[in-house]
Amino acid sequence: MAKLYPNKFIKESNDLKPKEETVHFLLNYSKALSVTKYKNMEFESLLN
Amino acid sequence: MKQNLTLDATLVSSYIKGDESALEVLISRHKQKIYSFIYSKVYDKDVAEDIFQDTFIKVIKTLKRGKYNEEGKFLPWVMRIAHNLVIDFFRKNSRMPKFDNTGEFSIFSVLSDSSLNAEKQIIKEQVETDVRRLVDELPEDQKEVLLMRIYNDMSFKEISERTGVSINTALGRMRYALINLRKIIDKHNIVLTN
Repeated sequence: MAKLYPNKFIKESNDLKPKEETVHFLLNYSKALSVTKYKNMEFESLLN
Repeated sequence: MKQNLTLDATLVSSYIKGDESALEVLISRHKQKIYSFIYSKVYDKDVAEDIFQDTFIKVIKTLKRGKYNEEGKFLPWVMRIAHNLVIDFFRKNSRMPKFDNTGEFSIFSVLSDSSLNAEKQIIKEQVETDVRRLVDELPEDQKEVLLMRIYNDMSFKEISERTGVSINTALGRMRYALINLRKIIDKHNIVLTN
């Protein structure tokens, strides 16, 4: 069955992942983001 | 698989408690599956990258706000967010079609058939006939000004010269012609659409 798929396709699907920069951005974004709650309100702050 | 799910839930709760490294594990564990899912829908690496990023921004915000309540179902939850963002992308794109930059040239992106199809042609003719009938109902002086202005594309100065009335009178007649047309349309519930 695997023979039905061209090698290029198999290679491409293994390559299908986001860029390292995107992942780094997300991790840094997560570290920078803080959510403060006050009564019923929420405040987001990004600390760079 | 069971162990994986438990671990996801544990990672999520440690992330909520402030352990940033838990997010790194979660992203690296699921990034390929989520990215492939998005790519399989949009077939554009840059767009997939953007949607992947937006997905995790939503995930991060929801978790930090303490709004996540689907413990043990982390991946399906993220997939659903990605799916919704893909739908948003297609909705936005259908409203604002743009040229893709993949290098492939499609002749249909610059050529389009602007002529009306048979149905629209018939509707257009019907609408025009209805409008003509409505105009015929108007008083003669108003009809005269309206025909000169709309169909002959004459200026109000030319109309006043031709009809021998002042420009203000011509303007007034045009105004009343339009008011009367609207009245007739409202009164008879006529729908003029194309």
